[in-house]
Amino acid sequence: MDVEVLSRLQFAGTIMFHYLFPPLTIGMGLVMVIIEGMWLKTGDVSWNHAARFWTRIFALNFALGIATGIVMEFEFGTNWAAYSRFVGDVFGSALAAEGIFAFFLESGFLAVLVFGWDRVGPKLHFFSTLMVFLGSCFSAIWIVVANSWQQTPAGYHVVDTEVNGVPGLRAEITDYWAMVFNPSSADRLIHTLIGAMILGGFFVCSISAYYLIRKRHELFARRCFTIGVVVAAIFSVASLISGHHQAQTVSRTQPAKLAAFEGHFKTGPGDLHLFGWPDAKTQQVKYGLAIPGMLSFLLYADSEEPVTGLDAFAPEDQPPVWLPFQSYHIMAGLGTFFILLSCVSLVLLRGGRIFRMRWLLWVFVFTVFGAFVANEAGWIAAETGRQPWVVYPSVQDGVSMPGLRTSEGLSESVRAEQVWWSIAMFGLIYTLLFGVWLYVLNDKIQHGPDEGASIARRTGSLREAAAALAGHSRSLLGSNHQREERR
Amino acid sequence: MLDHDTLAMIWFVLLGVLLIGYTILDGFDLGVGILHPIAKSDEQRRLMMNSIGPLWDGNEVWLVTFGGALFAAFPYAYATVFSAFYVAFMLLLFALIFRAVSLEFRSKTENPAWRRVWDFGFFASSFLAAFLFGVAGGNLMLGLPMSQNLTVHQTLLEQLSPYPLVIGALTVTLFTMHGAIFLYLKTEGDLQKQAEQWIWRAFGFFLVVYMLATMFTLIEVPRATHKFEEHPWLWIAPILNVLAIANIPRAMFRKQPAYAFASSCATIAALAFLFAAAIFPDLVPSTIDPAWSLTIYTARASAKTLDIMLLIALIGMPCVLTYTAVIYWVFRGKVKLERTSY
Ligand code: HDD
Ligand code: HEM
Ligand code: HEM
Repeated sequence: MDVEVLSRLQFAGTIMFHYLFPPLTIGMGLVMVIIEGMWLKTGDVSWNHAARFWTRIFALNFALGIATGIVMEFEFGTNWAAYSRFVGDVFGSALAAEGIFAFFLESGFLAVLVFGWDRVGPKLHFFSTLMVFLGSCFSAIWIVVANSWQQTPAGYHVVDTEVNGVPGLRAEITDYWAMVFNPSSADRLIHTLIGAMILGGFFVCSISAYYLIRKRHELFARRCFTIGVVVAAIFSVASLISGHHQAQTVSRTQPAKLAAFEGHFKTGPGDLHLFGWPDAKTQQVKYGLAIPGMLSFLLYADSEEPVTGLDAFAPEDQPPVWLPFQSYHIMAGLGTFFILLSCVSLVLLRGGRIFRMRWLLWVFVFTVFGAFVANEAGWIAAETGRQPWVVYPSVQDGVSMPGLRTSEGLSESVRAEQVWWSIAMFGLIYTLLFGVWLYVLNDKIQHGPDEGASIARRTGSLREAAAALAGHSRSLLGSNHQREERR
Repeated sequence: MLDHDTLAMIWFVLLGVLLIGYTILDGFDLGVGILHPIAKSDEQRRLMMNSIGPLWDGNEVWLVTFGGALFAAFPYAYATVFSAFYVAFMLLLFALIFRAVSLEFRSKTENPAWRRVWDFGFFASSFLAAFLFGVAGGNLMLGLPMSQNLTVHQTLLEQLSPYPLVIGALTVTLFTMHGAIFLYLKTEGDLQKQAEQWIWRAFGFFLVVYMLATMFTLIEVPRATHKFEEHPWLWIAPILNVLAIANIPRAMFRKQPAYAFASSCATIAALAFLFAAAIFPDLVPSTIDPAWSLTIYTARASAKTLDIMLLIALIGMPCVLTYTAVIYWVFRGKVKLERTSY
């Protein structure tokens, strides 16, 4: 395999691994803000225990998000040097803004959130949780803006450059706000954040449903489950609305991508496929089930209106079809399922009926995997659908600007065996990390929130308090005791 | 709007500030990691990890921001350097990944084998990261075999030549000493006594490597010495540097660890400053033809971008400094093992 394929595989693999964690932290952030808000409002300690429990899991996910995030920031330079030269002027400022505005905010307040329970008052702690949540939303903002710009570039022009007498091209900003609010930023950002909230909601539901089935920590589990279902229901419905709007934007800004999503090979009235197997050779969708004219109707409110098909693009400008089609349909299918599941559950929550329906609780235990898949599938659709361009060509003020093909973005100095080697290492390390993450996560879930144990701890804490008063570190108590509490 | 050359100059300085911020802050984290395996007991190891527990993530963000700012301000330098050091930077990434997760995972179960594995991961990754930063710096001082079209074909082995190795040893010993002083400040009792011994030993190692590195630089990087002939005021930096180094043992003798720590911060800042002064105005010197070197004037982004970025920095940096100060304040004082500790 050549450097191009390998670098693409490496980028796809590393970012998909990274993207397991950010939406989880963003979504859990919202749930934690709600839970800690309840604690402040009611003063009920069991809310406090719930907040502490989720904080421990949050910290674990966050650490993995941080560890895997730095990778991509380096990869733009290591694997995509030509791309970095082309976009640096525009793209770099978004990455730098992310560091300055988002990561510092997150990492600072994360310290208070995780380690500050006994050092700051409840109000300040709540404030820190809120700031971590906001910080994680900010980092989504900047990175998604950067990505959206490469999909639908705006507020820039492409200029000729010359270094050491070697000519080149690069994109330079002409209008900063037009760059930030390019035609797809807002849509994409809203949809991405919604996807994160859905994941957060279902994640909390999954663990709570497991406790309900096992009849453990029931008060905690009922409360958290309720919050999770409400969050999941609100945002699942929102995802359909925003996704629909986004599809309309894509049909205007990246018609080739939309054609790939729907396997729409020939320009003409578009059908909406529920599923199928697009075959680029025969230019047909096989084994499919389609609603005739529905795509045209959804886009233009007219089932006869022609939709641009892949035949409108030169062969070298066409995206692949199979992968965008399948990942798009997986996402949309899961989205529909989430709406059904969460809305039905919302009704069943009344009077606590759902807590007695074990099979439905089991469905919730596993739905969180669907939420991970939907988030990943959405990105796969968005990113493979924009091929062969890494930066889309565009027209700015009547002047057409050249794009950058993915194949033109590579580092000239990197050789295939180097990328092989790094892919192998990432594969190894990420598999290991994933295993350890699951192991530790399971350990924390098995341990559960502290609730009833709080009485037992009181007696323990007398000794602790005495030890602390004596100015002695806790060595007296041995590390076993602390382990128990830490988990 | 400021003119393009001034903006490029300002961004060179700001990147220097970010680099100094990063090396001072993450320097002690890495140092604590390097010292980690010589701690005597499990409790001491936990204390050491928790001394940096709430701080290391924020410290690492300085590196992330440095990367983003380099990308934005000097995209050509970012692209060339990162692809030239492909293998070294991949190793650096593995180190940073392992560091982050070793801290998080280590104390999650009682199993001694589990803890030993992550202890080793924490040590090895801290050591490797500190070392690779030095190697990258050393190579940039020497210059890279960069061709006219800004590409560099060099293997990792070629990048591990003697001079970069010495600079790598310099960063490792410097961060170890810095970390030991930090531990002295954050701990009490037995651990503090040990930290004191570590400071002395690390200081000894550092001094030897420092002198070696200085001589080596004078021989291998004549460009650096020319700078001092052209701009005699630059002498302030090495003089301050030597004074700061000398002040570390003095402050330790007088039981003023805070001064010792300030001095090791100043040492790091002075060394980073000397590095910047030595390569300026180049960002990537070319050893094939000096005329092909990437300078701050050829590698820079457009004036518009540099200007916008400056505004972002002016709004953002005060906030960053505020959070950093608040966090260090909340977690001031001696480290103790609490319920929420690692
Ligand atoms: C839980 C996650 C989730 C769910 C349930 C949905 N989506 Fe989605 N979708 C995403 C998570 C996501 C995402 C991961 O956040 C993406 C990737 C890029 C982006 O902007 O958002 C995405 C992209 C994405 C795109 C491509 C945008 C582009 O290429 O610019 C479209 C057209 C839709 N979505 C449409 C929908 C529709 C019609 C849904 C029906 C319910 C839907 N999404 C549910
Ligand atoms: C190529 C793209 C990306 C790059 C270069 C990148 C970079 C990073 C970096 C460097 C970190 C660690 C920050 C730290 O040290 O504190 C991080 C974490 C994070 N990233 Fe990414 N990221 C990318 C994609 C995304 C996307 C698409 C999102 C959200 C939609 C996102 C959201 C986050 C969040 C919320 C965090 C905080 C840590 C966490 O929640 O796990 N990132 N990212
Ligand atoms: C976190 C969610 C994301 C996921 C899951 C994702 C997924 C992918 C995938 C699957 C590819 C490979 C596509 C192919 O080669 O056919 C890719 C490529 C790429 N993506 Fe994304 N992406 C995400 C976000 C981003 C963001 C936020 C950026 C930029 C800020 C970005 C920039 C790139 C670049 C530069 C490439 C390499 C060039 C290419 O293959 O097109 N991605 N991504």
